[in-house]
Amino acid sequence: MNRKPDHFVLRVDPILCDGFGHCHELAPELVQVDEWGYPIIHEELTSMTELTLLKSARLAVRGCPRQALRIERTNGPA
Amino acid sequence: MTMDAPPRVMSGASGRPLTLREHEVTFGTATVGAALVGELEASGLMGRGGAGFATSKKVELLRHQRGHHKVVVVNAMEGEPVGHKDRTLLSANPHLVLDGAQCVANLIGARRVAVCVSRKDSAIVNHVQRALHERERRGTGPEFILDTPPWRYVAGEESALVHWLNDNETMPQYRPQRPNVLHVGRSPALVVNAETCAHVGLINRFGALWFRELGTPSSPGSTLVSVTGAVHRPTVLEVALGTPLRSILRAAGADPDPLALLTGGYGGAWLSGEHLDVAYCNEDLRSLGATVGAGILVVVPKGACGLAETHRVVQWMANESSRQCGPCAFGLPALAEDLRTLLHDARDPHGVLVRLKERCDVIQGRGACRHPDGVVRLVDSALRVFAGHIDEHVNGFPCAALTTTRRWVTVPALEHESDLVWE
Repeated sequence: MNRKPDHFVLRVDPILCDGFGHCHELAPELVQVDEWGYPIIHEELTSMTELTLLKSARLAVRGCPRQALRIERTNGPA
Repeated sequence: MTMDAPPRVMSGASGRPLTLREHEVTFGTATVGAALVGELEASGLMGRGGAGFATSKKVELLRHQRGHHKVVVVNAMEGEPVGHKDRTLLSANPHLVLDGAQCVANLIGARRVAVCVSRKDSAIVNHVQRALHERERRGTGPEFILDTPPWRYVAGEESALVHWLNDNETMPQYRPQRPNVLHVGRSPALVVNAETCAHVGLINRFGALWFRELGTPSSPGSTLVSVTGAVHRPTVLEVALGTPLRSILRAAGADPDPLALLTGGYGGAWLSGEHLDVAYCNEDLRSLGATVGAGILVVVPKGACGLAETHRVVQWMANESSRQCGPCAFGLPALAEDLRTLLHDARDPHGVLVRLKERCDVIQGRGACRHPDGVVRLVDSALRVFAGHIDEHVNGFPCAALTTTRRWVTVPALEHESDLVWE
């Protein structure tokens, strides 16, 4: 059962988020913005093997001025 | 209870709260004690606060938490402006609620029970205070604390209540994982609705089989319903779950042939007046997009404008947002503005309707709490139930209801943003 996490999800804390929009600039393939400038993140499982996606997710997390983004590592759908 | 069965949580209601002695005469003192875990699970009791989550699962989750300082929080905030069930219950049988809270506290091993009543209802605060004093004189059971947060719509949300107990702020918190365990200080906390507590108190006395005598297999028991709108006078009824809506309306003295019903509360959904034969329980209502929610029915009669009613509710709900999350703080006023344009403004109504639907999809699920989701559900259901009437608005036909000042779904006065209390 103790598999190594092989998927990740990018999540945003909506309370912390102030809509700076950096995440959309840094990871446009993962984050869209709505008309008010807040990120729309489809919290879908992405495989860790998609290195470009993982890299841009990390960029977005590090680039967030409110530190509202997080990468959650999970086991994928069994 | 309305139909044939005798009342349960409202039995012995006499216009004033029962004293502890009267309470024991009415309900007896026999308890099932340690068997309550099994009984609670067998009873299939669903929380009566709005989400309808199985109480036994919640209790199980907290039972397996470590710590000796767990807290039970009794939620009697009653954020819904048209809901009166917790108030009615606490002004009739406060000790039944406290009994239930005590049972839950024993089950999860909590030593403290915090009863949260909004400070707006000073009469209810007094009732609870008096009941707690009576219990204190007995000197048994866990330590009860009465807490009176300021009244706001979202202050009754469980994470907001816990936030209040921690930091005196009535704002919801972000919880990515659900179900998750809330903490007061460092102690795990279980938030239970007041009516749910009362049912637990009864299950503790009479057992799961008795509880299941009323209701349907998947939503057993009875529930309190606040019926307002086009009724002779607003009432709170205790009905068995699964009772046809028509007989609930009859018992409440409501308009027998309404345009629509607002079910569940202000974050609930509209139900067309054609579906009056549906059973009042979640499994049947959900197939029609409606919900039992916090036990609220608002009857809107024929001739009213569903769009106007929805607009006022959405406007008020937008103002009640705690403005923590962008999608809620900016999205809900935008929804209200779109509805207003559809109602009063002739410019490009088709485009506005399309934009309204898009905005609903965008806002859905993006707040820290379920406040925006509730409003989106309300707007969605309005677009579905009042589709014909909205078409008339969009195509420029005059709406007779707009010229009257009669309102059916009442909302409190809008406060200016700077006047909102968020201590």
